[in-house]
Amino acid sequence: MRPLALARRLVLLLALPAVLAGAWWAATEDSTDFFWPPLSDILGTFGETWFTGRFTADVLPSLARLLAGYLVALVLGVGLGVAIGSFRTLRGLVEPVMEFFRAIPPPVLVPILMLFAGIGNGMKVLVIVSGCLWPVLLNTVEGVRSVDEVLRDTARCYRLRPHARIIHLVLPGAGPRIFAGARQALSIGIILMVISEMFAASDGIGFTVIQFQRSFAIPQMWTGIIMLGLIGIVLSLAFHALEARVLSWYTGQRRAQREG
Amino acid sequence: MTTTDTGSRTSGTMLDVRGLRKVYDGRGRRVEAIRDLTFTVGTGELVCIVGPSGAGKTTLLRCTAGLLNCTAGEVTLEGERVTGPPPGMAVVFQEYGRSLFPWMTVRQNVELPLKEKRIPRAKRRHLVEEALAAVGLAEVGDAHPWQLSGGMQQRVAIARAVAYEPHILLMDEPFAAVDAQTRADLEDLVRSLWKRLRVTVLFVTHDIDESVYLAQRVIVLSDSPTVVLEEVVIDLPDDRDQLTTRSLPRFAELRSHVYRLVQQAKAGREG
Repeated sequence: MRPLALARRLVLLLALPAVLAGAWWAATEDSTDFFWPPLSDILGTFGETWFTGRFTADVLPSLARLLAGYLVALVLGVGLGVAIGSFRTLRGLVEPVMEFFRAIPPPVLVPILMLFAGIGNGMKVLVIVSGCLWPVLLNTVEGVRSVDEVLRDTARCYRLRPHARIIHLVLPGAGPRIFAGARQALSIGIILMVISEMFAASDGIGFTVIQFQRSFAIPQMWTGIIMLGLIGIVLSLAFHALEARVLSWYTGQRRAQREG
Repeated sequence: MTTTDTGSRTSGTMLDVRGLRKVYDGRGRRVEAIRDLTFTVGTGELVCIVGPSGAGKTTLLRCTAGLLNCTAGEVTLEGERVTGPPPGMAVVFQEYGRSLFPWMTVRQNVELPLKEKRIPRAKRRHLVEEALAAVGLAEVGDAHPWQLSGGMQQRVAIARAVAYEPHILLMDEPFAAVDAQTRADLEDLVRSLWKRLRVTVLFVTHDIDESVYLAQRVIVLSDSPTVVLEEVVIDLPDDRDQLTTRSLPRFAELRSHVYRLVQQAKAGREG
């Protein structure tokens, strides 16, 4: 990319955030409201709040649970989705059940899962899995079903064995839908990461934010919100980078089709 | 019939289609696509199947390829009854854009079936490069199919089929979706590959000129429910050329003959 184009993109990217931050700054500059501290106070306490031990004590455990739950959901969702998408009878059997479980808002499972899985890491990971699984699973099923008929015939004619068919035909063919599901699951995962820590926890970002709120450390509480936003951005950027790499064929093909 | 493959042309039966019938059973609707088809293709032959659109040509090809079960009759390839896609067979589909794996490069597309055949890497490389060179695409191995024109994509599909070293090559209206100039080039490509590789080719088309230009024998199908109307032997010289062959009086005669048959088939539908 040429430097000018890069600069243009950076300006476009950062313009709105800068305006919003500026507005926040200006609106709270002379604020004496206890619950609505000046942004300068919040930013002033950010580094001290998070980078003097809390990053390893709270942020990393949160991220570890998120990552564990997310990966388990991905493996389960894609695995089950390929099976369900490939066999019509199986699909007819489990589809109504899937719709039921998908309709349950995952946070409501937290108290129930606490009964079975306790209040440790296992419970929190389980909550994240239970929420992230459905978008991945349902999108994988749809993706597998949408694999092109001619491509399926081609794979049959060249006698691709079942595992080769999954690796070279089904998974890449369902790839765009799997990524769409995984993207939804990532934002659900972040939400559930926080919520599961608000119920019963001894560390984590959600836990810390609640602690700050209860001890009236209001600027610190706000820094927790900013921290979560930043984590969200970083994860989303990482996701996009991976998606762009894996699905480069898909974007290329679509561009080629548009240009006809 | 005794099948002794000495490498010479038409020395035995490659494909034997006997009493083939296909009825599609829809919801309360039965469609008889193919009534009764019987024909053979000899080893090393190049046979075209031509018929009006809707004559069940694609159904016939899918039954032959083992992609579709027939309602009655049987398809025998190299003495073995076809119940699923047989080894030793490659298919080139009409929809080139949908038969190549878009997430693979051209080279990977050609190589994948060879991996499944468990051909050692060195030989695989050699076959892939040779096949790509044979279709004139030696330079684009690292491109993705969607970066190529339609005609080039169909060349990739042909290269993939050729590298697979099939005994029989089935082609389902492979050039129906490319422009006229590309089409002529691809027809010549099929002729030259057939001659060089001594592979048996069964070529399905709705284009009468194309069938006469390509084939040693043209099987003319009736309208649906389909039967064989006539088998026309194409006694044109073996060295064919888009200009000279197509301007031969005999080409015009054969073309008119097949044309009349196909017209009759259509009239049968309307009458």
